Amino acid sequence: MERLESLLRDAFPDAGDLRVVDRTGTGDHFHVLVEDSAMNGLSLVEQHKLVYAALEEPLRDGTIHELRITTKGTT
Amino acid sequence: MSEIKDRIQDVIDNEPVALFMKGTPDLVMCGNSQRAIDALRGAGAPITAVNVLPDPAIRQELSEISGWPTIPQVFIKGELIGGADIAEELAASGELQRKLTDKLGENYQGRAVQKVVPLT
Repeated sequence: MERLESLLRDAFPDAGDLRVVDRTGTGDHFHVLVEDSAMNGLSLVEQHKLVYAALEEPLRDGTIHELRITTKGTT
Repeated sequence: MSEIKDRIQDVIDNEPVALFMKGTPDLVMCGNSQRAIDALRGAGAPITAVNVLPDPAIRQELSEISGWPTIPQVFIKGELIGGADIAEELAASGELQRKLTDKLGENYQGRAVQKVVPLT
Protein backbone atom coordinates (compact mmCIF):
# COMPACT_ATOMS: atom_id res chain seq x y z
CA MET A 1 0.00 0.00 0.00
CA GLU A 2 2.86 2.40 0.81
CA ARG A 3 4.43 1.41 -2.48
CA LEU A 4 1.30 2.29 -4.42
CA GLU A 5 1.03 5.56 -2.60
CA SER A 6 4.61 6.53 -3.32
CA LEU A 7 4.28 5.57 -7.01
CA LEU A 8 1.17 7.73 -7.24
CA ARG A 9 2.87 10.61 -5.38
CA ASP A 10 5.73 10.43 -7.88
CA ALA A 11 3.30 10.58 -10.79
CA PHE A 12 1.01 13.20 -9.23
CA PRO A 13 3.26 15.31 -6.96
CA ASP A 14 0.76 18.16 -6.75
CA ALA A 15 -2.36 16.06 -6.19
CA GLY A 16 -5.00 17.82 -4.13
CA ASP A 17 -6.30 14.50 -2.93
CA LEU A 18 -4.58 11.15 -3.22
CA ARG A 19 -5.72 8.07 -1.38
CA VAL A 20 -5.11 4.34 -1.54
CA VAL A 21 -7.66 2.11 0.14
CA ASP A 22 -7.04 -1.57 0.76
CA ARG A 23 -10.61 -2.68 0.13
CA THR A 24 -10.33 -6.19 1.50
CA GLY A 25 -7.51 -5.85 4.00
CA THR A 26 -5.55 -8.43 2.02
CA GLY A 27 -3.12 -6.08 0.29
CA ASP A 28 -4.21 -6.89 -3.25
CA HIS A 29 -7.63 -5.29 -3.83
CA PHE A 30 -7.21 -1.53 -3.95
CA HIS A 31 -9.23 1.56 -4.58
CA VAL A 32 -7.17 4.58 -5.51
CA LEU A 33 -8.50 8.13 -5.64
CA VAL A 34 -6.58 10.86 -7.38
CA GLU A 35 -7.60 14.49 -7.66
CA ASP A 36 -5.05 16.38 -9.69
CA SER A 37 -4.87 19.21 -12.21
CA ALA A 38 -3.26 16.71 -14.61
CA MET A 39 -6.79 15.30 -15.04
CA ASN A 40 -8.24 18.61 -16.19
CA GLY A 41 -9.72 18.44 -19.65
CA LEU A 42 -9.09 14.72 -20.06
CA SER A 43 -11.74 12.08 -20.70
CA LEU A 44 -12.27 9.51 -17.95
CA VAL A 45 -10.49 6.93 -20.11
CA GLU A 46 -7.45 9.21 -20.40
CA GLN A 47 -7.56 9.98 -16.67
CA HIS A 48 -7.63 6.33 -15.69
CA LYS A 49 -4.84 5.57 -18.14
CA LEU A 50 -2.63 8.04 -16.26
CA VAL A 51 -3.27 6.07 -13.07
CA TYR A 52 -2.63 2.76 -14.82
CA ALA A 53 0.65 4.15 -16.16
CA ALA A 54 1.75 5.18 -12.67
CA LEU A 55 0.93 1.72 -11.32
CA GLU A 56 2.20 -0.26 -14.29
CA GLU A 57 4.74 -2.22 -12.29
CA PRO A 58 2.51 -3.45 -9.44
CA LEU A 59 -0.17 -4.23 -12.02
CA ARG A 60 2.26 -6.30 -14.04
CA ASP A 61 3.93 -8.15 -11.17
CA GLY A 62 0.63 -9.21 -9.65
CA THR A 63 0.78 -7.03 -6.50
CA ILE A 64 -2.51 -5.56 -7.58
CA HIS A 65 -5.12 -8.21 -8.11
CA GLU A 66 -7.98 -5.78 -8.46
CA LEU A 67 -7.96 -2.02 -8.87
CA ARG A 68 -10.75 0.49 -8.61
CA ILE A 69 -10.03 4.01 -9.75
CA THR A 70 -11.69 7.31 -9.03
CA THR A 71 -10.21 10.40 -10.66
CA LYS A 72 -11.06 14.06 -10.61
CA GLY A 73 -9.71 17.26 -12.04
CA THR A 74 -9.24 20.34 -9.93
CA THR A 75 -11.72 22.63 -11.66
CA MET B 1 -1.78 -9.17 -37.33
CA SER B 2 -2.65 -12.36 -35.56
CA GLU B 3 -5.97 -14.03 -36.15
CA ILE B 4 -7.16 -13.36 -32.61
CA LYS B 5 -6.26 -9.71 -32.93
CA ASP B 6 -8.27 -9.47 -36.14
CA ARG B 7 -11.29 -11.03 -34.49
CA ILE B 8 -11.05 -8.75 -31.45
CA GLN B 9 -10.81 -5.72 -33.72
CA ASP B 10 -13.79 -7.00 -35.68
CA VAL B 11 -15.92 -7.22 -32.53
CA ILE B 12 -14.82 -3.76 -31.36
CA ASP B 13 -15.53 -2.19 -34.75
CA ASN B 14 -18.79 -3.90 -35.60
CA GLU B 15 -20.72 -4.59 -32.40
CA PRO B 16 -22.83 -1.71 -31.03
CA VAL B 17 -21.66 -2.41 -27.48
CA ALA B 18 -18.77 -4.82 -26.91
CA LEU B 19 -17.95 -6.05 -23.43
CA PHE B 20 -14.74 -7.99 -22.89
CA MET B 21 -15.20 -9.78 -19.61
CA LYS B 22 -14.23 -12.69 -17.42
CA GLY B 23 -16.90 -15.34 -17.93
CA THR B 24 -20.18 -14.78 -19.72
CA PRO B 25 -23.21 -12.70 -18.72
CA ASP B 26 -24.88 -15.86 -17.45
CA LEU B 27 -21.80 -17.09 -15.61
CA VAL B 28 -19.75 -14.08 -14.54
CA MET B 29 -16.35 -14.97 -13.11
CA CYS B 30 -15.34 -11.61 -11.70
CA GLY B 31 -16.96 -8.88 -9.60
CA ASN B 32 -15.80 -6.09 -11.87
CA SER B 33 -17.23 -7.77 -14.95
CA GLN B 34 -20.51 -8.02 -13.05
CA ARG B 35 -20.38 -4.31 -12.24
CA ALA B 36 -19.87 -3.47 -15.91
CA ILE B 37 -22.78 -5.69 -16.96
CA ASP B 38 -25.04 -4.18 -14.31
CA ALA B 39 -24.17 -0.66 -15.51
CA LEU B 40 -24.84 -1.56 -19.15
CA ARG B 41 -28.07 -3.39 -18.34
CA GLY B 42 -29.20 -0.49 -16.18
CA ALA B 43 -28.81 1.75 -19.21
CA GLY B 44 -30.70 -0.75 -21.37
CA ALA B 45 -27.70 -1.34 -23.60
CA PRO B 46 -27.43 -4.21 -26.04
CA ILE B 47 -24.45 -6.27 -24.94
CA THR B 48 -22.11 -8.34 -27.06
CA ALA B 49 -19.92 -10.20 -24.61
CA VAL B 50 -16.54 -11.77 -25.21
CA ASN B 51 -15.11 -14.06 -22.57
CA VAL B 52 -11.37 -13.44 -22.27
CA LEU B 53 -10.70 -16.43 -20.03
CA PRO B 54 -10.45 -19.27 -22.59
CA ASP B 55 -7.15 -17.95 -24.02
CA PRO B 56 -4.68 -15.53 -22.34
CA ALA B 57 -3.82 -14.25 -25.82
CA ILE B 58 -7.24 -12.56 -26.04
CA ARG B 59 -6.51 -10.35 -23.07
CA GLN B 60 -2.99 -9.64 -24.25
CA GLU B 61 -4.02 -8.61 -27.75
CA LEU B 62 -7.01 -6.66 -26.47
CA SER B 63 -4.87 -4.57 -24.12
CA GLU B 64 -2.45 -3.91 -26.95
CA ILE B 65 -5.28 -2.59 -29.10
CA SER B 66 -6.96 -0.53 -26.38
CA GLY B 67 -4.03 0.56 -24.21
CA TRP B 68 -6.17 -0.50 -21.25
CA PRO B 69 -4.52 -3.05 -18.96
CA THR B 70 -7.46 -4.54 -17.07
CA ILE B 71 -10.68 -6.47 -17.67
CA PRO B 72 -13.54 -5.66 -18.17
CA GLN B 73 -13.41 -3.29 -21.12
CA VAL B 74 -16.47 -1.64 -22.62
CA PHE B 75 -16.62 -0.29 -26.17
CA ILE B 76 -19.48 1.58 -27.80
CA LYS B 77 -19.27 1.69 -31.59
CA GLY B 78 -15.54 1.15 -31.53
CA GLU B 79 -14.77 3.71 -28.81
CA LEU B 80 -13.23 2.55 -25.54
CA ILE B 81 -15.55 3.70 -22.78
CA GLY B 82 -13.49 2.24 -19.96
CA GLY B 83 -13.70 -0.43 -17.30
CA ALA B 84 -16.19 -1.13 -14.53
CA ASP B 85 -15.50 2.10 -12.62
CA ILE B 86 -16.15 4.37 -15.58
CA ALA B 87 -19.16 2.35 -16.74
CA GLU B 88 -20.66 2.71 -13.26
CA GLU B 89 -19.80 6.39 -13.03
CA LEU B 90 -21.31 7.15 -16.44
CA ALA B 91 -24.42 5.08 -15.71
CA ALA B 92 -24.97 6.90 -12.42
CA SER B 93 -24.68 10.34 -14.01
CA GLY B 94 -26.85 9.47 -17.01
CA GLU B 95 -23.90 10.06 -19.34
CA LEU B 96 -23.91 6.40 -20.43
CA GLN B 97 -27.50 6.61 -21.64
CA ARG B 98 -26.65 9.84 -23.48
CA LYS B 99 -23.63 8.26 -25.12
CA LEU B 100 -25.65 5.21 -26.17
CA THR B 101 -28.33 7.43 -27.67
CA ASP B 102 -25.73 9.54 -29.48
CA LYS B 103 -23.94 6.58 -30.95
CA LEU B 104 -26.71 4.03 -31.45
CA GLY B 105 -29.77 6.22 -31.94
CA GLU B 106 -32.90 6.94 -29.92
CA ASN B 107 -34.21 3.41 -30.14
CA TYR B 108 -31.13 1.64 -28.89
CA GLN B 109 -33.05 0.01 -26.04
CA GLY B 110 -35.33 -1.68 -28.53
CA ARG B 111 -32.29 -3.63 -29.65
CA ALA B 112 -31.34 -4.70 -26.14
CA VAL B 113 -30.16 -8.10 -27.16
CA GLN B 114 -27.45 -9.95 -25.38
CA LYS B 115 -25.10 -12.28 -27.15
CA VAL B 116 -21.82 -13.99 -26.57
CA VAL B 117 -19.13 -14.17 -29.24
CA PRO B 118 -16.57 -16.94 -28.86
CA LEU B 119 -13.10 -15.93 -30.06
CA THR B 120 -11.44 -19.29 -29.79
